[in-house]
Amino acid sequence: MDDIAAWFQWLHQATGIKLTIFYDSYDTKRFLQGFATTLKLATYCLVLSVALGALLAGLYGSRIALVRRAVNGFVQLFRNTPPLVQLYFFYFALGPVLPKIDGQPLLGSFGWALVSLTLLEAAFAAEIFRAGIEAVPKATIEAAQALGYSRWQVYRRVVLPLAVRVTMPAMTNNLVNLVKTTTLAYAIAVPELVYMSAQIWSEQVNVPEMMVVLLVSYVAMVGIINQVMHRLEVRLRVPGFGQ
Amino acid sequence: MNDSRFAVLLPLRLPAPIGDRSSGGVLFSAQVGMILIAVLATSLAMAQAQGAAKPGVIDLLIKWTPLLAKGFFFNLLISVCAMALGTAAGVLLGMARISLLGPVRSGSWLVVQFFRNAPWLVLLFFVMFLLPFEFRIGTTVVPFPDWIKVTLGLALPIMANIAEIVRGAVQSIPTGQWEAARSLAFSRSETLWKIILPQCIKRMLPPWMNWYAILTMATPLASLVGVAEVMTVTGRITSAEGRTDLLIPIYSYVLVWFFLYCYPIAAWTRRLEARYAER
Repeated sequence: MDDIAAWFQWLHQATGIKLTIFYDSYDTKRFLQGFATTLKLATYCLVLSVALGALLAGLYGSRIALVRRAVNGFVQLFRNTPPLVQLYFFYFALGPVLPKIDGQPLLGSFGWALVSLTLLEAAFAAEIFRAGIEAVPKATIEAAQALGYSRWQVYRRVVLPLAVRVTMPAMTNNLVNLVKTTTLAYAIAVPELVYMSAQIWSEQVNVPEMMVVLLVSYVAMVGIINQVMHRLEVRLRVPGFGQ
Repeated sequence: MNDSRFAVLLPLRLPAPIGDRSSGGVLFSAQVGMILIAVLATSLAMAQAQGAAKPGVIDLLIKWTPLLAKGFFFNLLISVCAMALGTAAGVLLGMARISLLGPVRSGSWLVVQFFRNAPWLVLLFFVMFLLPFEFRIGTTVVPFPDWIKVTLGLALPIMANIAEIVRGAVQSIPTGQWEAARSLAFSRSETLWKIILPQCIKRMLPPWMNWYAILTMATPLASLVGVAEVMTVTGRITSAEGRTDLLIPIYSYVLVWFFLYCYPIAAWTRRLEARYAER
């Protein structure tokens, strides 16, 4: 570790390329904290939005027309308005209205970013799952029904596992978008990667270097996600289904 | 497609049923719009009931509408310019993606991957901070205002995604078209521009429109790098009025504006997709 730090210090002196995150322990810590916050936000959002998306996709098939319309309204609303405006709506408009507990707001900036991004991604996930569910052959569902599965059991045991596999490529795309969208949390001062990097570059005045670091970080994160999801896709593949 | 300027080799296709067009009237699903407007109306009604002595929230919204409209128009201007720029660059990059030269292919692949995977906000920062605010060509100073930089920044991811659309569309054209053109002594570039690309336009249109909608919804990012578009204006209005009861109505109002602009595009895209899929 010391060697790396020494090398980057030498790099700074020799060329003027100032990558403080590699040798200034305070900056290293801030950068890693930012990274951790981004990963945390993305992970929580992923889990929550997939769960909510699956639920919404199930409700799309509801027998009650009002439920179907409400789900459709929610999905269209979140898909067709700017994510940043949604985030501002939650944080600046809804946030102050909610009751406070012991003088503390109910949700901080991280909480609101989580809520906003989860709802946005859930809207996308719901559409993806719906397409996946529609791709499950009717005969398969009928076969499950003939075996005495209830409506919920058919969904949980037959439709969902197959739909998940069909939707894997689209979900990978969605996950990549999610990681990219977490950068919006910068706007409401969530201490994520962009925010922390902005703090570093405004103090150290090394904007070009930090920009490159940021871009490389995100492109690397997305590359890893693509790789992992591709492997998962291959592992989960059901012979004779899809492709 | 029947434009005589292009030598397009189309397979035999029966004319589309005319009934297809007559149903085009109802683009906008009224339900969804109604939900949004209902949210706005409820919040308005609640706010109106609270602040009886002060000017009503509806009056405030009406008062600020011209200013908001100006901001929103700026968003649209940025989106149209970025789309034009991104499409032009994207088509060229897409051509590079299917080039016969290996290095050009892999180089353009790298560019596409990079700009597709980088977050838009980071790209905006990149362009904002690293481009100069003016250019010097000889002795004349060409100013390079922030909004043009934002347009450039937004055009980059659009370029990469359009390039992928172009590549996908070109590759979806049957090889027979290439072979037929070759047997008629068309050169490769003639084949591409006069035979293949005109056929691609139809396939590219829905995803292209989709990306335009996404781009429009990304324009509020410009407010984060200091361009005074609709979100900046909204922020200024709320701080000028200093009324907490105005917050929900005004942000819903801006959401409604974007929704009314983007939803018809999305609905139209879906219709086109469905229609092309039928054939």
